[in-house]
Amino acid sequence: MSVLEIKDLHVSVETEDGPKEILKGVTLTIADGETHAIMGPNGSGKSTLAYSVAGHPKYTVTGGSVTLDGEDVLQMSVDERARAGLFLAMQYPVEVPGVSVANFLRTAKTAIDGEAPKLRTWVKDVNAALGHLDLDPTFSQRSVNEGFSGGEKKRHEIAQLELLNPKVAILDETDSGLDIDALKIVSEGVNRFRGQEGKGVLLITHYTRILRYIQPDYVHVFVAGRVAESGGAELAEQLEAEGYEKYLAGAAV
Amino acid sequence: MTVTDTARESVAASLEQDRVESHLNPPASYDLADHPVPTGREEIWRFTPLKRLRGILDGEASAAALTWETTLPAGVTLTEVGDAEARELGELAPNDRPSALAAAHAGGALLLDVPAEAEVAEPIVLRLHGESVDDLVWGRLLIRVGRHAQATIVIVHTGSARYSALTTALIGDGAVANILSLQDWDDDAVHLGRDAIRVGRDATIKHTSISFGGDLVRMNANVEYAGPGGDAELLGLYFADEGQHLEHRLFADHTAPRTKSHVLYKGALQGEGAHTVWIGNVLIRKVAEGIETYEENRNLVLSDGCQADSVPNLEIETGEIEGAGHASATARFDDQQLFYLRSRGVSEKEAHRLVVHGFFNDLIRKVGIPSIEEKLLETVEAELAKNLLQEDAS
Repeated sequence: MSVLEIKDLHVSVETEDGPKEILKGVTLTIADGETHAIMGPNGSGKSTLAYSVAGHPKYTVTGGSVTLDGEDVLQMSVDERARAGLFLAMQYPVEVPGVSVANFLRTAKTAIDGEAPKLRTWVKDVNAALGHLDLDPTFSQRSVNEGFSGGEKKRHEIAQLELLNPKVAILDETDSGLDIDALKIVSEGVNRFRGQEGKGVLLITHYTRILRYIQPDYVHVFVAGRVAESGGAELAEQLEAEGYEKYLAGAAV
Repeated sequence: MTVTDTARESVAASLEQDRVESHLNPPASYDLADHPVPTGREEIWRFTPLKRLRGILDGEASAAALTWETTLPAGVTLTEVGDAEARELGELAPNDRPSALAAAHAGGALLLDVPAEAEVAEPIVLRLHGESVDDLVWGRLLIRVGRHAQATIVIVHTGSARYSALTTALIGDGAVANILSLQDWDDDAVHLGRDAIRVGRDATIKHTSISFGGDLVRMNANVEYAGPGGDAELLGLYFADEGQHLEHRLFADHTAPRTKSHVLYKGALQGEGAHTVWIGNVLIRKVAEGIETYEENRNLVLSDGCQADSVPNLEIETGEIEGAGHASATARFDDQQLFYLRSRGVSEKEAHRLVVHGFFNDLIRKVGIPSIEEKLLETVEAELAKNLLQEDAS
C-alpha cells in the first residue's frame, strides 16, 4: 500500500524582498491506488507543491507535514525521498552532459533498489521501457536530456517512471508542450504504472486535455497556494467549460 | 600630402601589419638574452608561482635524463641529432626562457621520424620516467610526420623531476597526426613544456595535453601553419588537487589562409590551494583570410579554496574570416543537475561523481586513442575517489 499525506503545508521561497509564502496551507491525501489531478492557473503554486514534496532546496517548508506511509518525508534528503518511493516527473528535465541515458538509468535503478540490476534482464527492461514510450534503443546512448526535443524529454521521464517503479508519482505538467500522439504515448505509460496494485499518482496540469486519457479519481482546483475546491472527475469538465475565473475572483478578495 | 605619399604610407602600414607580432607572445629566439629571467610581472609569467619552479630558470647545465621506454612501430625511427641539425630540420625556436634553456642545455635533440606516406596504425608510445625531483632535466624532441603520413604519438610522463622540454612537431602536407602528452607525475615534480606544432598544407593535427600529477606543471601548446588548409584541434584535460598548480597556455597563430583552430580544455579543481591557469591566445594575421577559430575553456570547481584563472585572447588583423569566437566558464556544481539526479534516488556523492564523469566524458571521447580514453576515464574516477568521495564521507 502507499499513502501520501500532505497536511497544512506552508512553503516559502527567498526573494529580493525577503521570504515569500507560496503555499498557504495545502492539505491533500493520496490514498492507496488513487489518482489525483491538481489543476490551476499559472502562478497558483502547483509546481511549488511538486518540488516541495520532492525536496528541492529552493523551497523552505515553514509549516505542516508530508508523510509517505507514515514516514516523515520532510526529514528526508532528496535522494532518500526517491528511495522511499516518491518520483517526480519534471516539467523541465535537466541536461546532464556526458552522462548517457543508459548509465543514468542504471545508476538510478541501483540506488533505488540498493543493488545493481541483473545485466541481462536490465538491458531488456530498458529497451522495453524505451520501446513503450516510442524511443529508439539508440536513445540510451545519448546524454541525459541533452538535445532532446520537448516530447523526448517527457517520454524519457515516463520511461524512468516505468523502470524505477515508485510508490507515488508526481507528474508536473507532463502534458505541456506535447502533441496529441506524444500525449497518448505518455498517458499510456502513466496508465500502465497506475494499473499496478496500490500506486498513487498526483497529476499536475494546466489543461483538462490529459484527463481524457488519464481518468482521475479526484480533481482539486489550486488557487493562490491553496486547494480552493475538490471534487470528482466532473470538476474537470466544469473547469473546461467555465475556466478559473470564479476562483480567481474569490482569491483576489 | 600628395596621393603618392598616402599610397606609400598605406603600403608601409600594410607591410608593418604583415610583420605584426603577437602582443601576448614574445618572439621566438634561441638567444637566451631575448628571454630574460622573469620577475613574475610579465604577461606570460604573471600567473606562475616562480618560487615553485625550484631554480629551473637559473638554467644550470645538467646531464641528468629521464629514462625512455619506447614503442616504435615498423618504419618509425628515433635518433639523436645535433643542435645545428635540429635547427636545419625546421625546429620551432623557443619562445620562453625555460624552452630556450632546454635548447641550450639538452645537448642536441631526439628526432622521431614518421616517413612520408607511412600509415602507422599502432600508437607510437614514448614513456618518460624521472627518478627524483632533485634531477634537473633538459629535454628536446623533434617530431617529424612526413607528407601524407598518418600517426598517433603518445608521450607519457611519470615519476619525478624538474623537467623543461622543448618539443617541436612538424606535420607534413596532407598528413594526419594525433599527439597526446600525459603529465602523470608524482606529487613533487615540476614540468615546463613547450609543444610547438607547424601544420603543413591541408594537414590535420590533434594535440591533447592532459595533466593530473606534479606540483607545478606549465604546458604551452603553440600551433602555426606552413600553408593553407591546415586544421588543428587542441584538447586538454586537467585535474588539480590540493596545492597543485596546473597551467596550460595555448597559442594558435593563424599564419596562412583557410586554416582552422579549435581549442577545448576542461579542468576540475579540488582541495585547498588547487590552482589552474588556462590562457588561450589566438592571432589572426593579415594573410589569414577565411580562417576559422574557436576556443573554449570550462572549469568545474569542486571545493572551496581553489582558484581557476581562464583568459581567452583574440588578436585580429583581418576581418575576412569564416569565424572567430571563444568561451570560458568556471562554475561549481549545478544545483539543478544535482537535484535532478538525486530525485532519482542517486546519493549526493554519486551525483557528484556522475556529473564530473559526464563533464570529462565528452572531451575524453574526442581524444581518438581508445587505449588512452579508457585509461583517462579510470584516472578521472581515481582522482574523484581520492578527493571528492573522501570529503563527502567525512
